[in-house]
Amino acid sequence: MTPPPALQEMLRVEALSVKTKNATLLDRVSLNVREREILSIIGPAGSGKTTFLRCLNRLIDLEGGLSVSGKVLLGEQDVFDDAVDLAALRRRIGMVFALPTPLPLSIRDNLRLGLRFQKSSGPGTLEERIETCLRAASLWDEVKDRLGESAQKLSGGQQQRLCLARTLMVRPEILLLDEPCSGLDPISTAQIEEALQSLKDQMPVVLVTNNVKQASRTSDRTAFFLQGELVELDDTGRLFTAPRDPRTADYVSGRFG
Amino acid sequence: MNRRWIDLFSRLFTLLTALACFSLVAGVALILGDVVLNGLKHLSWEFVSTAPKTGMTEGGIFPALFGTVFLVLLMTVAVVPLGVSTAIYLQEYAPAGSRWVKLIRMAIQNLAGVPAIVFGLFGLGFFVDFVGKGIDRFFFDGALTFGQPAILWASLTLALLTLPTVVVATEETLRVVPRSHREVAYSLGATRWQMVRRVVLPQAVNGILTGTILAVSRGAGEVAPILFTGAAYYLPYLPTHLNQQFMVLNYHVYVMATQSPDVDATLPLLYSTVLVLLMLTFALNFAAIIIRSRLRRRLKAGR
Repeated sequence: MTPPPALQEMLRVEALSVKTKNATLLDRVSLNVREREILSIIGPAGSGKTTFLRCLNRLIDLEGGLSVSGKVLLGEQDVFDDAVDLAALRRRIGMVFALPTPLPLSIRDNLRLGLRFQKSSGPGTLEERIETCLRAASLWDEVKDRLGESAQKLSGGQQQRLCLARTLMVRPEILLLDEPCSGLDPISTAQIEEALQSLKDQMPVVLVTNNVKQASRTSDRTAFFLQGELVELDDTGRLFTAPRDPRTADYVSGRFG
Repeated sequence: MNRRWIDLFSRLFTLLTALACFSLVAGVALILGDVVLNGLKHLSWEFVSTAPKTGMTEGGIFPALFGTVFLVLLMTVAVVPLGVSTAIYLQEYAPAGSRWVKLIRMAIQNLAGVPAIVFGLFGLGFFVDFVGKGIDRFFFDGALTFGQPAILWASLTLALLTLPTVVVATEETLRVVPRSHREVAYSLGATRWQMVRRVVLPQAVNGILTGTILAVSRGAGEVAPILFTGAAYYLPYLPTHLNQQFMVLNYHVYVMATQSPDVDATLPLLYSTVLVLLMLTFALNFAAIIIRSRLRRRLKAGR
């Protein structure tokens, strides 16, 4: 089953390696992110999933002592090119973190935060955009009457959806999520997954998750990482039913990890 | 040792600690009580609004009161931006774990241990003689303008003295802003400065104000640094320019206590002056605390 050729590749990762002085966190990983897909990355803790994700928007730069090699191509541009405008890059590649991180501001100001970092915020009024993004994160109905209240008063699940909406406010071209549901209850998890399903038509979603079931039910393709290596990448259905690598089979069937 | 002895020791120790605590409270109460009781007698609107007369045996303390407030304000204006910027640089911009940063941090902390009189002499040597005289030479053809003890130099000397307080307090609060918040800002496309400005500083306002409060209380209480750099023994007028000398409450207390021609006539004035000085310090502290809690509430409400 080769994917239909109409699907364009949004992000190409070529032989990406991340090393510390005496350990390899990521070992020559190559994969592509296509438009209109949810790509899951699964693997046990310490397999390099988060490191991989943080390379894509160069948040990895914040950690010292790492050497990165390889290429991450967004369109024609190498993300690791020295000439890259980091702020602009991170606006193009949005990210949601593992734990909900609302800043101690009102809901509205949390949403506006990304826009404050840029000169022109693009078309549409602020209020319209807030509504669109909150709807996309399926949070609108719950907070529409209290946008002025502190974001930290929201429940964990609401906070995480707010973080998703906050990321959407800057209109990213690609959405990265780093175990976004790890601390959430099943209902909140379902709401986030639902939101991702409707978002993927506008922007590809890369979803790092340590929940194998989440990967199998939400994503179009799944990549399995182990000890910094990309073991297998395939359509989700096939990776879960007929994995080629025995290690993948062991992991998705729950024999380890 | 048998049980009874242990019991006795334990009681004795409880008693001792309680006694220590009591003597502390009693000491403060005695001092405050003495000052308040004796100070209130002479305290009046006239006392705080007129200048001293006839060798400090009559009149009020207005020039000293004015000088103190002016001095502390100038000091705050100087020390807060400098201290906060230093802390921001050390915490947010300087390479983490660098030996130089550690050295600078240590130097700042040691600055807090330097005796106040040394700051006074430094202020005289550096600000008055070097900077002030230099300004005179280059801009005023050597005419004595800034090369003399003045409120500007005194406040800058005080600012230097209180700098560690502000830097340390600010750094402390910058440090507790979670890393995750910084990452959120970066992931939304913030530059480092935008991250600091929009995410870190709003959460650090508390600590910055705490540092300012401490600096203000310390600055208002120190005499030694301003002794050579601008405090006047007696001045019949108020400072209207930055290069003028000024009277200041705590130095005025010292002068009244030691230099009065008529001790008995000065004593009631002295008490009232001390009371005013205490009230002023409390008022400054209190104002800062109110500002802080307001800001905190506003921050919580999410402005």
